[in-house]
Amino acid sequence: MIWILDLMILILVVVCALVAINVKDLLSATIIFGVYSFAMCLLWAEMGAVDVAFTEATVGAGISTILFVAAILHTSRRSKD
Amino acid sequence: MRLLQDQTAEQKLGESLIIQTAVRILVPFIQLFGLYVIVHGHYSPGGGFQGGVILGASFVLLTLAFDQKFALKYMSEKANNILSNAGALLFTGTATLCAICYGGKFLDYSALDKLLPLGPIAWRSFGIFVIEVGVGLAVMSISASLFWLLGSNGEMDEGL
Amino acid sequence: MKLLALFATLMTGAILLYGTMDFPAFGDPQSPAATHLATYFTENAVRETHVPNLVTAVLGDYRGYDTMFETVVIYCAGLAVVSVLRKKKPSVPENKS
Repeated sequence: MIWILDLMILILVVVCALVAINVKDLLSATIIFGVYSFAMCLLWAEMGAVDVAFTEATVGAGISTILFVAAILHTSRRSKD
Repeated sequence: MRLLQDQTAEQKLGESLIIQTAVRILVPFIQLFGLYVIVHGHYSPGGGFQGGVILGASFVLLTLAFDQKFALKYMSEKANNILSNAGALLFTGTATLCAICYGGKFLDYSALDKLLPLGPIAWRSFGIFVIEVGVGLAVMSISASLFWLLGSNGEMDEGL
Repeated sequence: MKLLALFATLMTGAILLYGTMDFPAFGDPQSPAATHLATYFTENAVRETHVPNLVTAVLGDYRGYDTMFETVVIYCAGLAVVSVLRKKKPSVPENKS
């Protein structure tokens, strides 16, 4: 555990979560959610849980981002609120 | 390389030539890596779930770069459904085989020693391999078919 | 209404942070999670299953029910999506016969 690296990744996670909620364009929100997944994957790997990190990288950043994109392309791209 | 360009140019679907050529070269390696992750799960991080998701993502990549019809030429819908059923059945069938036919407990792979005498400890290792393959098959076909159904609005022809 | 939502979120976060104060330290060998079953797995799993990766041994053998029902859940999700979303093309009426 390197606490400086931990702190940087945690700040990145919080910033990504806040931006993904507040951004108006849903497609960029999806991409930022993928960045959030990768930061979580880094955090798991840094804590020593390599299997969980692998699952997070494949499912969170690969499949779920693609499913969000496929859902957004069938609705409108701008969020209303 | 010349042949690849001719093939992609005459089909005239999807994205640009660079993306299509790169995807054509990348997809076999992605699938090879997925198989490696499934098979090598005993010794390194990975296993059935992660390898299955990687294998499913290779079909998603084919769909994004080309077309859904092009991806369905490599993995037809019927084969996809059969594989998802076979994966789930391989897992539960192995577990049930231990319990019913060979007198062990449910999911106790060492009972399969009576099927083929390799020793109970080797069968515990080999049973884990069998169920990882089952999980990988099920997750691969289900993640690919989720994307195909969501992307094509349920019609399985054109895609995004 | 938004202030109420912010207040609820902040209170939940504060309670969760207060709950983490009772956690054992990171990698503490005397913590309750590391004293009962984890020692059994680390001592006996390789000898009993011949799988060097302990995570795979626990997921596939000792806790096989978890992995089995995880697969069943994913299978049910795929089954539900196929049965809800899949549209059959209207069948063309045949002229002959």
